[in-house]
Amino acid sequence: MADRQTLEFERPILELEAKIEELKRLGGSALQAELRQLERRARRLQEEVFSELSAWQKVQLSRHPQRPFTLDYISRLTADFFELHGDRHFGDDGAIVGGLAQFSGMPVVVIGHQKGRGTKENVRRNFGMPRPEGYRKALRLMELAARFQRPILTFIDTPGAYPGIDAEERGQAEAIAKNLEVMARLPVPIIATVIGEGGSGGALALGVADRILMLEYSIYSVISPEGCASILWKDQQRVEVAAQELKLSAQDLRRLGVNDEVIQEPPGGAHRDPEAMARSVAETLSRHLAELVAIPKAELLARRYQKYRAIGAVRGA
Amino acid sequence: MAWWNRKREKREASQALAEKRSVPSGLWHKCGQCGEILETQRLVESSRVCPKCRHHFVMPTIERIALLCDEGSFVEEDTTVEPEDRLGFVDTRRYVDRLRSAAKSAGVPDAFREGVARIEGHEVAIGFFVFEFMGGSMGSVVGEKIARLFERALERRIPAIICSASGGARMQEGILSLMQMAKTTVALARLREAGVPFLSVLLHPTTGGVAASFAMLGDIILAEPKAQIGFAGPRVIEQTIRQRLPPGFQRAEYLLAHGMVDAIVERHDLKARLGQLIRLLS
Ligand SMILES: [Zn+2]
Repeated sequence: MADRQTLEFERPILELEAKIEELKRLGGSALQAELRQLERRARRLQEEVFSELSAWQKVQLSRHPQRPFTLDYISRLTADFFELHGDRHFGDDGAIVGGLAQFSGMPVVVIGHQKGRGTKENVRRNFGMPRPEGYRKALRLMELAARFQRPILTFIDTPGAYPGIDAEERGQAEAIAKNLEVMARLPVPIIATVIGEGGSGGALALGVADRILMLEYSIYSVISPEGCASILWKDQQRVEVAAQELKLSAQDLRRLGVNDEVIQEPPGGAHRDPEAMARSVAETLSRHLAELVAIPKAELLARRYQKYRAIGAVRGA
Repeated sequence: MAWWNRKREKREASQALAEKRSVPSGLWHKCGQCGEILETQRLVESSRVCPKCRHHFVMPTIERIALLCDEGSFVEEDTTVEPEDRLGFVDTRRYVDRLRSAAKSAGVPDAFREGVARIEGHEVAIGFFVFEFMGGSMGSVVGEKIARLFERALERRIPAIICSASGGARMQEGILSLMQMAKTTVALARLREAGVPFLSVLLHPTTGGVAASFAMLGDIILAEPKAQIGFAGPRVIEQTIRQRLPPGFQRAEYLLAHGMVDAIVERHDLKARLGQLIRLLS
């Protein structure tokens, strides 16, 4: 249904679909031909709109309020999930969730940023913006995974680390840095999947991995288009061009050699068919995981080192 | 915007201007903190620390190298590594043009210089952010040089030292600049595993992606007095929480009080303290 959660470019598609539903309700064989024609038109319109999405439109899709979040994937992908709480130092951050689970017949540790739906849950989840205790909870779970030889699946979906006094006071920079360092050397396979927004260092803190996967309409960026526009263009309205210039789409990152695979989304995006999306994610994850568990530990770490050591654009090396 | 915010911005702007003026060009120089008029030559001789109020002015990289390294011992490495505009980034100016003018005014191809030197006779792998080059922002060249510095320190088993002064990741290199956080840290992780010390020196300012990667991972972390150190910028925090920031927020003294750095060291003592740490750790 077209409501306030609908993006502008989705609206004509959803309106057409609403009309089709209406006709179906009215029934009658006389309408059959018209119905089929309308359905074709709706499909074509969706293909058209989605075949030439701008970078900014992809940013909007990556933040779509109806998009599946980490827990939506965990519940569809894994069995026997046991959520674990707290960093053992300060508190339990709702912006990061994690725990033990079974995936693809294997015991794993799952960790991800968690956004909320609606005001109340968004407050609890802090809009998916972790504080240091969130990163330290993730760190604790990763070390647990290493101790019990469990592969780690992370799900990235955050506007960024929380910029607040309390977060700075408790060492936001150190918390992120520490995760990068520990992930670099963890002797278990790690797969990071960007399911929505990959917002800067706050995303990377769950992102040092053997494989980086991105959903088709997810993004990964050093800064938000809004932040970039206001700093470089001195104009917050220039988000569209900032998004374009930042090369933050899954496809751009594939070209830049940063991600390893882009997972195709259902027509209209993950939120239009979360079940189908979860099936694709599961299939892709289990394929990569099967490859990674076969690699000896020393080799795994050497390859992980090379992967990050090679990223960048320099001349005259 | 709240009244105090506006007032504060004005104050911050004038402070920033004062700090900018802190890099002397003429014969005389006014201290941004106490207002003392100082002779430029005398200021340089006192390592750009105000003799009256101990305010630490921004120090050009070339003077920093002379301050810390035994005379003539710094041998610079990887000087031919240069930036490349892989994204074809254009904002109000083309990134390639920004690079060209930064290189011209700073006299180096990017924002980091590194090599091997001696500190009180000890051999070290040492690197310096060049804040004069695009605010010391970390792009691919900076990340590459830092990774090489750590690799060299590991190979020769000599302590690594980095003097950071950076606003964080370089936006014009997009995701590639973000990934330098990972690149520098994977290299550092190997060094630390091998038990080779990394001494991190935080200068004004050390923020964003530099703070949130190798810089906050020193075995020992030293900071210069009043250096601004943190993850998020003060402006962003104020806009997010709609609150005034406490006095001294994100300054070196604040980090020391919150357990985030080992010691605050005045510039005059920095070399001696680094020498002492190397002795104690090797
Ligand atoms: Zn003074």
